[in-house]
Amino acid sequence: MRDVFVHTVTDALDTDPRLAVVTADISSAAFDDARARHPDRVVNLGIREQAMIGVAGGLALTGLRPVVHSYAPFLVERPFEQLKLDLGHQDVGAVLVSIGGSYDAPASGRTHQSPADVALLDTLPGWTVHVPGHPDEVEPLLRDAIAGTGRVYLRLSTRENTTAHPIGRFSPLRQGSRGVVLAVGPTLDTVLDVTSTLDVTVLYASTIRPFDHAGLLAAVAGSRPNVVLVEPYLAGTSAHGVGEALADVPHRVRSLGVRRDVEVRAYGTPPEHDVVHGLDADGIAASIRAFL
Amino acid sequence: MLASMRNELAGLIERMTGDEKHDWAAGSTIDVLWVLYDRVLNVTPDTVDDPDRDRFLLSKGHGPMSYYAVLAAKGFLDHDLLDTWTSFGSPLGQHPDRVLVPGVEIGSGSLGHGLGLGVGTALGLRARRRRGRVFVLVGDGELDEGSNHEAIAIAGRLGLDRLTTVVVDNSSASHGWPGGIARRFDVEGWHTATVDGRDHDALHRAFTAAHPGRPSAVVATIEPEEYT
Repeated sequence: MRDVFVHTVTDALDTDPRLAVVTADISSAAFDDARARHPDRVVNLGIREQAMIGVAGGLALTGLRPVVHSYAPFLVERPFEQLKLDLGHQDVGAVLVSIGGSYDAPASGRTHQSPADVALLDTLPGWTVHVPGHPDEVEPLLRDAIAGTGRVYLRLSTRENTTAHPIGRFSPLRQGSRGVVLAVGPTLDTVLDVTSTLDVTVLYASTIRPFDHAGLLAAVAGSRPNVVLVEPYLAGTSAHGVGEALADVPHRVRSLGVRRDVEVRAYGTPPEHDVVHGLDADGIAASIRAFL
Repeated sequence: MLASMRNELAGLIERMTGDEKHDWAAGSTIDVLWVLYDRVLNVTPDTVDDPDRDRFLLSKGHGPMSYYAVLAAKGFLDHDLLDTWTSFGSPLGQHPDRVLVPGVEIGSGSLGHGLGLGVGTALGLRARRRRGRVFVLVGDGELDEGSNHEAIAIAGRLGLDRLTTVVVDNSSASHGWPGGIARRFDVEGWHTATVDGRDHDALHRAFTAAHPGRPSAVVATIEPEEYT
């Protein structure tokens, strides 16, 4: 996904004079060629993440469209007040593109994990959040974000589904009657696998903010109002979206995602962390069966 | 400052009551603000959206009574708005909001944000081939915030000669700045000057001094006993 991001932005820099790129060392070398062609619009600030967002806000104040990129904890958590004030309060836009996600690199430990990124941005108004599950979903989401003016978060991951799916609104991929499973981004393959013998509707979302209230409501209309959320970040991040979508429908919700009750002090691999968080195939299957 | 102008600004400031704890902050910045808007900045009430205008960013959002008074004296604000200060529905609060007040370039209040925004603005103007300059006002106490030092360092490396930082030094920093504030900028490659923050001619000379290829820092010192 990161390669698609770099290629797409590099290509867009040549045709869109509004576009600018701001980095804080991470992935900076990937933009060396672009920087050589556009030295005023491709800026690496060094390891200065607060300045990274402040500078993006300033660029946006002059009418440029900044794309800001770093590892998720250093893009969202460390400069969070800059996101709130230098972008949101100034009423300007930017495209944030993260890598690393929740535990893409668990060997790096807790400092390099950011399962709360989407939940944090969810406390701020006006953000669009894309969680692509396949590299082919990245380019159209990114080009749409670059063409706009708003605040967009594009959450890239090393975890990928085997095929791309339609982007935009929630996509129904399977119809059933016992409930609706909403799979976000790279959780889809596992969800499709473990629900293959279950009578449930499967929805796919590569864009989780704004939450597609109509899409969920339509899916629930053809099923029992039992909703399982499967998100690759903090469990329950989108539970309030389900509640708003189904405000007038008696319903049940089960939220699966990264655990909130514990800091997992372990290194290892992403699949090993999936097990800890109940996001491996056995864990998701057990949760869905128990819920239904 | 001419006595008449000082009296006019004092009269405007007196219309804003209820934030007396920041009177000192407001009193410290008033001469710098007046010199900028009266003699330096290429911006008028009719050009607040001109892409080539000069930008003034009040990073130190505390005590904006002087800022509002100068904006009112220069025609950016209706004088009667000053009487609505901090009331619900008023565009004027204890920290400025750019969305509410035409001519206010940034919303500020939480300290340590203006310099990062100023660096980005200067970069953007350079990238867009615009003529405007960027002036950022910070306080010496505000410089305690670490975010400023990310911006100070990178502005020097990037050679942002459209950027001027005005540090109003009224000795507010709890632990001071050993060696002087200008030194902090000097080591990062900035052109620096330290002047009397009440001397309008000295301020004007410092704000308009040539500094090709590097940003400028003007430390405007304020004697504490002047406002007690």
